[in-house]
Amino acid sequence: MNVALKHTAAEETLLAMGNSAAAIAKLQAIGLPTRRVEAWHYTDLRNLLKTVPAAASAVDAGKVEASFNTYKRLTHATRLPFMNGSYIPALADETPIGVLVSYDEAKSSDPGADDDAIGLINSIAGSNGLSLNIKDGTKFDKPIGLAQLVDDNVYCGTNHSVAIGKDAKISIIERHISADGIAGHANAITNLTVGENSEVLWAIVQEHGDSATHLGQLNITLAQNAKLTVLALNCGGKLVRQEINVDSNGEGAHLEILGVNLVGDGSHIDVTTRLSHNVPHTTANETFRNVVTGNGKGVFQGQIKVAQPAQKTDAQMACNTLLLSDDADFSAKPELEIFADDVICAHGATVTDIDEDHLFYLRARGIPETDARALLVKAFVDEIFDDLEDETFKDALVGLINEWLDNNG
Amino acid sequence: MIEIKNLHVKIAEDGTEIIKGLNLSVEAGEVAAIMGPNGSGKSTLSYVLAGKSDYEVTEGEVLYKGKNLLEMEPDERAAEGVFLAFQYPMEIPGVATMNFLKAAMNSQRKARGEAEFTTPDFIKKVKAAAGGLGISMDMLKRALNVGFSGGEKKRAEILQMALLEPTLCVLDETDSGLDIDALKIVSDGVNALRSPDRAFIVITHYQRLLEHIVPDSVHVLHEGRIIQSGDKDLALHLEENGYADVIANAA
Repeated sequence: MNVALKHTAAEETLLAMGNSAAAIAKLQAIGLPTRRVEAWHYTDLRNLLKTVPAAASAVDAGKVEASFNTYKRLTHATRLPFMNGSYIPALADETPIGVLVSYDEAKSSDPGADDDAIGLINSIAGSNGLSLNIKDGTKFDKPIGLAQLVDDNVYCGTNHSVAIGKDAKISIIERHISADGIAGHANAITNLTVGENSEVLWAIVQEHGDSATHLGQLNITLAQNAKLTVLALNCGGKLVRQEINVDSNGEGAHLEILGVNLVGDGSHIDVTTRLSHNVPHTTANETFRNVVTGNGKGVFQGQIKVAQPAQKTDAQMACNTLLLSDDADFSAKPELEIFADDVICAHGATVTDIDEDHLFYLRARGIPETDARALLVKAFVDEIFDDLEDETFKDALVGLINEWLDNNG
Repeated sequence: MIEIKNLHVKIAEDGTEIIKGLNLSVEAGEVAAIMGPNGSGKSTLSYVLAGKSDYEVTEGEVLYKGKNLLEMEPDERAAEGVFLAFQYPMEIPGVATMNFLKAAMNSQRKARGEAEFTTPDFIKKVKAAAGGLGISMDMLKRALNVGFSGGEKKRAEILQMALLEPTLCVLDETDSGLDIDALKIVSDGVNALRSPDRAFIVITHYQRLLEHIVPDSVHVLHEGRIIQSGDKDLALHLEENGYADVIANAA
């Protein structure tokens, strides 16, 4: 017996937006994932995603600059701005020599694997995207800023391709912003390749308002001796899922993932990472610090896959969470799948309250309890960004964290 | 300065009674040493004075400058001038020592209704105090006590004491884990703070520390009570004969 799936309102909307026949067929057949789909066990998307807003019609060019100006820049970046899903070349800074930018409207993308709901939505609801080609040997201290501002209740799909050549050194900041009350839906996919011997920092700064849906996916391929640091700060959004998928395909590749998730009342933030070590001698180090307040719900799923030929893999993963209220909730699922026999893999997850002995020590020095708690929470997350070279950017991130803690702590 | 009367304290969690009728009075300007064997209640006494919530006072009172100390929160006690130099100072990752010092000093000043230090004034004060204790500015930029050696942690405690200018200093086994050079630096730091307005309670296991910080009075703590008091010669007697005969005499 084959009973047709009864679609939810969000699924009906997506089907009506239908840009890709393959994606329509897939969504019709399987729907959005529920908790029965393992990859979505803690984020029941079918249940949580009530509606999908229509895509923005046309961006009001006159409003764009003023809207962007309401947000302070994080650092001195070469900005490539998007608003409500569209690229705004008029506001783009001139890109440095060695960086080639091209823009594709209505990019078509493949719906991907069955549990890739973010890819499916991107494919069916559509996307625009930049292609960034960074030539061999290109070295910049000044980051490139991919900023997406959502200032209306609209669907915004982006699908960027970033190809970084050999021996390059560059930082790219992907920033997502919207104000409280804006019920936008951002679906942001980036496919990133890092070439041999290149050293790259990729930062995702998600600071949406309290009503936004954000589904992000960063798919990465690392070549030989590539060094990539992915920095992820989630400090907003109502329903957020950020996926980071990494294939280490070249020997000597090193990946560092540093993340902070600040999950406030009414917020659901899920970070799901898959690190695939496919060749010998690759290393990875993944650390997340999470703070959950009110009735916030946080999720971390960290998968490490070591293929049979990937001997001498060294992969470390840690996820530490502070729950600041009785209703706060955090689910952490580390998952190791190892087929090689000579590897070092470790994972650890802790969920705690503030250490009473630390608190007493600070209070015994005269620091009142609320101040002492705030100091300890800040210390717990700020530490993640200690080694960041760009001091302006580091200060901006710490500023975002402090602001969030002041409003939610 | 401080008057402890018939103090009884138990561990809040399991109800074990640790302090069983302790009486002690320390005057301004006095350095009182408290000695005693392991398990006699020395550290418990220091924690109770600082206000740690793991302990429950079941009887007695503690008057500090005439006020009921036991009713105050730990940070209120600190602002009133009580300072505990911890036996095991906490390592607090992510909190830079300088930021911590500034927060502590200014919180206390604020609580007392005094103006907070400006950053240049604060740095000047810290530099002056740190130099004498052999503490580098580099060390102060690091997270509080994280990766500090045993000696560095104790010196950092004395630095905090010097900067916070308390009126009652409780030193809990400040000599533990110190080599002879570090002991000298720490003792000199303490001696420099001795003044007619300030009282010290120096808790120690050994006479060694008291050669450097010479006490005005020595009290033997055993099974939660002071069983004998005397002058500095009592410490010498304990060093030579151990606690056994003092305990036997008291029994």
